[in-house]
Amino acid sequence: MNFDFSDAQKALKQQTRDFLRAACDTTVPRRVLEDADEPFARDLWQQIGANESPGIAVPEEYGGIGFGYLELCVVAEELGRAVAPVPFSSSVYLATEAVLLGGSEEQKQRLLPRLATGETIGTFALSEGPGLATPANLQATLSGTLSGTKMPVPDGDIADFCVVVAKDGDGVSLALVDLDGRGVSREPVETLDPSRSHARITFDGAEAEPLGDAGQGWALKDRVFDRAAVLLAMEQLGGADACLQMAIGYAKGRYAFGRPIGSFQAIKHKLADIYIKNELARANCYYGAWALSTDAPELPVAAAAARVAATQAFHFASKENIQTHGGIGFTWESDCHLYYRRSKLLALSIGSERVWKDRLISGLERQEAA
Amino acid sequence: MDFNDTPEQAAYRAEVRAWLNANAEPRRDRPSVSRRLDADEGLALAKAWQARKAEAGYACRHWPEAQGGQGRPMIETIIYDQEEAGYDVPTGFFSIGLGMCGPVMAQYATEEQKARYIPPMIRGDEVWCQLFSEPAAGSDVAGLRTRCHRDGDDWVVNGQKVWTSGAHYSDWGILVARHDSSLPKHKGLTFFFIDMKSPGIEIKPIKQINGGSNFNEVFFTNVRVPDSQRLGAIGEGWQVAITTLMNERLAVGGAPPPDFREVMKLAAACELDGRPALEDSSVREKIADWYVESMGMAHTKARTLTALSQGKVPGPENSIGKVVSASKLQNVSSFGADLMDMGGVITDPSLMPSDALFQQSFLYSPGLRIAGGTDEILRNIIAERVLGLPGEIRVDRDVPYNDIPTGN
Repeated sequence: MNFDFSDAQKALKQQTRDFLRAACDTTVPRRVLEDADEPFARDLWQQIGANESPGIAVPEEYGGIGFGYLELCVVAEELGRAVAPVPFSSSVYLATEAVLLGGSEEQKQRLLPRLATGETIGTFALSEGPGLATPANLQATLSGTLSGTKMPVPDGDIADFCVVVAKDGDGVSLALVDLDGRGVSREPVETLDPSRSHARITFDGAEAEPLGDAGQGWALKDRVFDRAAVLLAMEQLGGADACLQMAIGYAKGRYAFGRPIGSFQAIKHKLADIYIKNELARANCYYGAWALSTDAPELPVAAAAARVAATQAFHFASKENIQTHGGIGFTWESDCHLYYRRSKLLALSIGSERVWKDRLISGLERQEAA
Repeated sequence: MDFNDTPEQAAYRAEVRAWLNANAEPRRDRPSVSRRLDADEGLALAKAWQARKAEAGYACRHWPEAQGGQGRPMIETIIYDQEEAGYDVPTGFFSIGLGMCGPVMAQYATEEQKARYIPPMIRGDEVWCQLFSEPAAGSDVAGLRTRCHRDGDDWVVNGQKVWTSGAHYSDWGILVARHDSSLPKHKGLTFFFIDMKSPGIEIKPIKQINGGSNFNEVFFTNVRVPDSQRLGAIGEGWQVAITTLMNERLAVGGAPPPDFREVMKLAAACELDGRPALEDSSVREKIADWYVESMGMAHTKARTLTALSQGKVPGPENSIGKVVSASKLQNVSSFGADLMDMGGVITDPSLMPSDALFQQSFLYSPGLRIAGGTDEILRNIIAERVLGLPGEIRVDRDVPYNDIPTGN
């Protein structure tokens, strides 16, 4: 039994935390949040690329560092803690994973080396607006070329290419689309969290290159999302812990009725509840990280559990952090809203809590039947 | 990161499993044997089981050999407990003795006393109980009123204890009493171990919500305790009690079934609107919540286990255990009864799924949220000891005990 990260992984985590503390304090997401002309922190993304962080889990033969997913998980937790305004999740957890899982040898050789250094930004497009996307209601259609509209596409306004989920005959397929190519138009859409840009992308006979087997796209999407779920959960965990630390700091220093508000049980119990949810999320996330790193048969259930627990924890921590701060927590100047916004953004990317709970139970039913 | 035992641990686990297979029945989906039997039968069965365990070297395996243990690493005790949890064996009768009284005796008793008292405790020959709580001292246990005064080589105890699990079948007990009411409340306490058959002790069972009587009131009228049975110095009773309570929180960690597994089985068997209840999205969402809590606890234990097996001190994450599991048990039980709809009120085991496990647990679970530290006290502990928040302002801390307002 060794349910812990190795010393080297812990060192990488500390190194990443130190780097982000210097390069991405909360003024950085705030800057992107407030400046409509800056869709992401380009300088920070370049530094992250120079560190080769996007290629941590990409095999060396495709230009990555070839460490593994436990290393990627510790980086993800720190990016979440820093509310980093960069396209890491779109490009690394979604686009890179989709190419690794579904790409031909030629596609991997062509795309992965530049994804691994951050020179190319990829993303993934499923949603077509409000409502749950299903194989039955997809409007985007492949027939040689791609037509349809996707929104919100995370980082869709800045990405170089996109993995698109589209109807293909009777089935669903994935396709790679060059976002600077002909027949593609895109515009930013406003979201709950402007520190991470999103776009509405219209495809009108756009050139599309098949990714993976035709008609098998939905199953491939599920596999990509299972893997991304663990990594996003790690980000959510980092964010939840940042909220807890922020709330503790405030509760110790803020005085009311002649004493620190942290000495009142109403506040103590609230913060204890955040801690409890965070620890439950941490334990589920670590198990998900293990399942991801070993490609265990338990991955679908472990990923769903990590995703559900971390979504609940970050949501709870970010809203109760505001509540702990009182009126000041509701102001634009306070950093509380950076986490509150990010928590909802992450909660809804790759599907809501309800969807993942259903996926969790379906996985348990399959385990039971086996 | 890996979940495998070391070769040594795997060999030990296999040995334990083989022994359990030869000596016990696997656990089934119904109330455990100790909840099916009456107290006398249960105790006899539990004593026999504990003796067999001790004979085979599986009881308190990590305790020092000089005190009747095997002097083995803690991880072996944990592996045994993990394996034993899969079997329907009588539990609960010795957890206070071995979880709290044993460690406090090991720390504070003389060598002769340890040699006399600890081995029979391990074998289950002698049962121990804990006499801390009082009618006016629950969460605020340092506010206790039971008095003691010195008389020659003895102390004389007068007063009342309450919520004493197993007092009626215990041979020995650990007791905190107040020797000086003019001192502030934490400073006037002294700690003893006491023969539960002493003249002047009267025990009355308390009937609980679930109809059972695990708890008692214990009355002391001029009960004499030799000074040689004092643990710690006069006035050091609170420090000794704290040692015990820390061990209690480790001892009272989990909760018995039903959990998400049992609800899932039930939901697959019950119908809602003509379809299995498990297909209903509201049912699925609830089960997912409990799965996440349950596995969160299991993986948290794995983190603790990792620290222990590396010879490190576990982090504070274990402190969430009882807060999560007690409420979960209550919610799961209530929901299980709901799934049976109007029939869910029936408690006759012969008429009900899982022998009325959900109904029994519904009535039993409120106690778990209180025993061994209420949900509220545990949240205070997490906030103050883990998160480092400032302590509650205490108006009674430095006041002579006599002057503290008492209300009713």
